[in-house]
Amino acid sequence: MANKLISEVPLPKSIANVFAARNISTAKEALSLTEFELMELLDVGLTEVRSALSQISEIVAPPYQTALSLMEQRGQNEHLRGHFPTGLKGLDAALSGGIPFGVLTELVGPAGIGKTQLCLKLSLLASLPTNFGGLDGRVIYIDVESKFSSRRLLEIGLRSFPEIFQMKAMAQEMAGRILVLRPTSLSEFTQSLEQIKVSLLQNQVKMLVIDSMAALVSGEHEQGNCRQQTLSWHISFIKSLAEFSRIPVVVTNQVRSHNHDDASRYSFQVQRRDGTLEIPIRYDSHLIAALGIHWAHAVTTRLVLEAKSGQRFIKVAKSPISPPLAFPFHITSSGISLLSDDGMELMGPEINAIHCQGHNEISNFGMEGLQ
Amino acid sequence: MLCDEDGLKITGDDVAGGEKGFTLSLLRNIFVHLQLPLLIDKTTIADEISKIGTKTSLIGRRCNARKLEMEIWRLPISASQRGKLISAGYTSLSSLSSLSPSDLARELKVSETEAMDILKAASHSRGAETSNASCSILEGAQSAWDMLHDEESLMHITTSSADLDNILGGGIHCKEVTEIGGVPGIGKTQLGMQIAVNVQIPHDFGGLGAKAIYIDTEGSFMVERAFQIAEACIEDMSEYNRFLRKDFQECKINMKPEDILENIFYFRICSYTEQIALINYLDKFISEHKDVKVVVVDSVTFHFRQDFDDMALRTRVLSGMALKLMNLAKKFSLAVVLLNQATIKHTEGSFQLALALGDSWSHTCTNRIVLYWNGNERYAYIDKSPSLRSASAAYSVTARGIRNSSSSCKRIKMM
Repeated sequence: MANKLISEVPLPKSIANVFAARNISTAKEALSLTEFELMELLDVGLTEVRSALSQISEIVAPPYQTALSLMEQRGQNEHLRGHFPTGLKGLDAALSGGIPFGVLTELVGPAGIGKTQLCLKLSLLASLPTNFGGLDGRVIYIDVESKFSSRRLLEIGLRSFPEIFQMKAMAQEMAGRILVLRPTSLSEFTQSLEQIKVSLLQNQVKMLVIDSMAALVSGEHEQGNCRQQTLSWHISFIKSLAEFSRIPVVVTNQVRSHNHDDASRYSFQVQRRDGTLEIPIRYDSHLIAALGIHWAHAVTTRLVLEAKSGQRFIKVAKSPISPPLAFPFHITSSGISLLSDDGMELMGPEINAIHCQGHNEISNFGMEGLQ
Repeated sequence: MLCDEDGLKITGDDVAGGEKGFTLSLLRNIFVHLQLPLLIDKTTIADEISKIGTKTSLIGRRCNARKLEMEIWRLPISASQRGKLISAGYTSLSSLSSLSPSDLARELKVSETEAMDILKAASHSRGAETSNASCSILEGAQSAWDMLHDEESLMHITTSSADLDNILGGGIHCKEVTEIGGVPGIGKTQLGMQIAVNVQIPHDFGGLGAKAIYIDTEGSFMVERAFQIAEACIEDMSEYNRFLRKDFQECKINMKPEDILENIFYFRICSYTEQIALINYLDKFISEHKDVKVVVVDSVTFHFRQDFDDMALRTRVLSGMALKLMNLAKKFSLAVVLLNQATIKHTEGSFQLALALGDSWSHTCTNRIVLYWNGNERYAYIDKSPSLRSASAAYSVTARGIRNSSSSCKRIKMM
């Protein structure tokens, strides 16, 4: 709507001509200027400018919906009321049905914790027919770190849905629905995103997985500033992809070690000024998500995968629906599964901490050939 | 710095500070209407400018006053009309007062309707001027006493957390713009949804019984969650009913969560252009839906952090938007709640969290509330308010929505 042409707005002829003569052809250009700038530029009076602006605005402004109609519409048109079940019962219950459609869900965790395993499982599930709890559609898997393993994918399939994957034809069809892209540079990634936008609706794509977002961005740009800018574009693009095709989008994020003056320790200036906030609490974690605060604002649901005293946990760190819960999980040959469906409720910023203790012991245990 | 003898000055700051209209019209007068050749060499421009100074001051003297020049500039008319007026010798408002539209039309060689508009604009601003001078009771002004009275009768929108309401002086204020910011996951969107639900609490229960507009720029509005909050809100009201109004049968609640959702007007914004357009359009929308009492923008930041390269433009567009929101709040006596993101700011060699959009933006909101983690609890802190003490209070986000912090025996810490 933003690039709506001014010539399509029913303005009085004279004003429309002035806009055309001054080369202001889109609503975006007109609305980026202040009233005074427009008066100078178009050489017309304030009242004309105001009425023209309000007419343009009325057309450009999107129509409203009541929240009720939004809910009804989603309930009718969408399978599963807009949530994609992960098969992890406790987690699904906490997220009121599973991974939400239309927004970004992020998986953060240290290397080898099981992010890719979860991604594989989710893409497999999405490709299944609806009577097996799937979305019955294609999955686009953007594999930046070259970690996608089709052997592992089929192994998970065979163990968790033997009735489908023992038939070769079915297995072929299911695996054939998962399309893997391996961009090697940021520009290639950008290109493939643009292609995806076109093909999403045509090809029955029901889920998008990006594993991982951080690898691309941190690989190419060392300087923080530059990174922020390139990331900005990707953030809004991926968000709009999710929004308009109404599919779940799962993105993984790496961790990096925590330097002393880094994110979760910052406190607001205001508090420091009047000295009310004492020394911020030190978390025993030394890891933080690789992509910074700007990215963290953009994701709607953040799941943290971590290892604490030899046990792996998946935590709902940010979610508009779920309370802060942590679930212990382990990885078996049939993929990721929860040890308990009752989450532990965590208090405070502990939910955002990423632990990596005793992780090495478990990763040696029972995980041959997974990595 | 450009200046003339009358003391009218334009400094580099004016140019940089966005006094563009002002500067442009001065330059236009110098180069176009006074027919001077455009010179490139610096010294000559300075010479020429000092010459213009004497020329304009000649005209000025004839019309008797140095500020009269300014009067024409203040009229809301287009630049070419202004140029025509000046070149015809009309620089003061009083010189326009005795003219008929047809005379002016003939003299300026413009159409009569255009002349009429100019005169209308002139008489309008003269009207403001004279009442100003006569020092009688000003039109459009309000005495502090009346304002106090108005403020007392104004309703507040509760946040569902008594501690939070307490430090806010009763809740979110109508007629004011309140900005709420904080780190990801602290509960900004939750608070936004809670307010959109709470504005609908009927009068019998101390609410406003009004409707809400929710402007979603990030796509983070979860309708399922709004439903949960609405359900809990209705449960709380029936609880209240049972305890306090046993004898009143007519106060039964016949609200359903669906009704609450139906009264939230949801707009999804996908670019900053749409955001500007929508805020321009809200004026009309709210005049058609008079019972809207809160506008929640979640978040005001998002698009302005993505697509802008030109920071000066961003500042201008943002301040224009803030002004319109403030006008809306005053005009329809509704509350405007803006949610803002937190960002990392580099000051004096250390990194600190600050709300996004920069320093000039922080002046635009009446109240600013910062949400942060303090130990294991979520806290809200009043960072800026003309009428409230700076204080902080703990709150929590529960399955039922925003509530008091569970361990709130410590209660509020006043500063």
